[in-house]
Amino acid sequence: MSIMNVNPTRMELTRLRKRLNVARRGHKLLKDKRDELMKKFLELVRKNKELREKVEMMLMESYAGLLNTRSVMPSEALEEALMFPKQTLSLDVTFSNIMSVDVPVLNFNTGDTAEGGIYPYGLASTSGELDISIDMLWEVFPHLLELARIEKSAQLLSLEIEKTRRRVNALEYVLIPQLTDTIKYITMKLDESERSNLTRLMKIKDMMLEQVHASKMSESEV
Amino acid sequence: MHRIGVIGDKDSILGFKALGIEVFSVEDAEEAEKTLENMVVNNFAVIYITEQTAKDITPVIDRYNSRTVPVIIPIPGNQGTLGLGMQGVKRTVERAVGADILFKGEQVN
Repeated sequence: MSIMNVNPTRMELTRLRKRLNVARRGHKLLKDKRDELMKKFLELVRKNKELREKVEMMLMESYAGLLNTRSVMPSEALEEALMFPKQTLSLDVTFSNIMSVDVPVLNFNTGDTAEGGIYPYGLASTSGELDISIDMLWEVFPHLLELARIEKSAQLLSLEIEKTRRRVNALEYVLIPQLTDTIKYITMKLDESERSNLTRLMKIKDMMLEQVHASKMSESEV
Repeated sequence: MHRIGVIGDKDSILGFKALGIEVFSVEDAEEAEKTLENMVVNNFAVIYITEQTAKDITPVIDRYNSRTVPVIIPIPGNQGTLGLGMQGVKRTVERAVGADILFKGEQVN
């Protein structure tokens, strides 16, 4: 594996050991985060799928109802009937935090539902089919909002999972091996220099002993 | 204060008006794109868009995927579903898990 471009010194060694510790801890934490995110995500996305199936079905029904309406009512009259909505709708968006991902929470307020229901038209000039399809649409609507919340959350979570996974892999397969290899390289280098130092000392000791010996010999000769 | 809107062809989205949702009927992709961008600027938090309209402007929609708001959700139009929404769900799963574990090869048309 690759070794970082560092000087093989004791100071560098302690520094790298510290970094390795941090990297290992970060790796563990990120792995936990990834697993938890995945758990949350799978929950959400299952719900997402179910909800989408349900909403799509309900919407199709309501479209079919509107189509029926169109067949019994001139389309101008239909448009006229729906032109001014009586229902007011206000949406409040707050954010909640799932594993450090901000996801939107949608709270909607349906103003005051005045008497006569939600129909923005008089019942005399329109057909009953219209009421039914509007009713159906009104029924889908809470699901539609829930779908919006869940689908967005799933999307955001999947992005975060991708990011976290990339980080985990970078730590696991790049940074940590690199650090361990470099640490090994430095320890070996330091050991090596220690050994060479030792042999040098032994050699010097021998030389000095020889010198002392020689001088003693010459003294005794005198 | 945030708003809810629907983009799509006139016939599909007419009914939503009765619910108090703001509707924007568009004819072609260019108009849809412009409308969508306008809506984003104008504080729309939830935007439903019919699949027939959405299929032509997916790059624009994808641009907002990583943002918390607006939430852009494809819904079927009155000509039936194109499966675009389900494909989106599938794509999300594939990105997160690396494989499609939800649909298990079942045909998403």
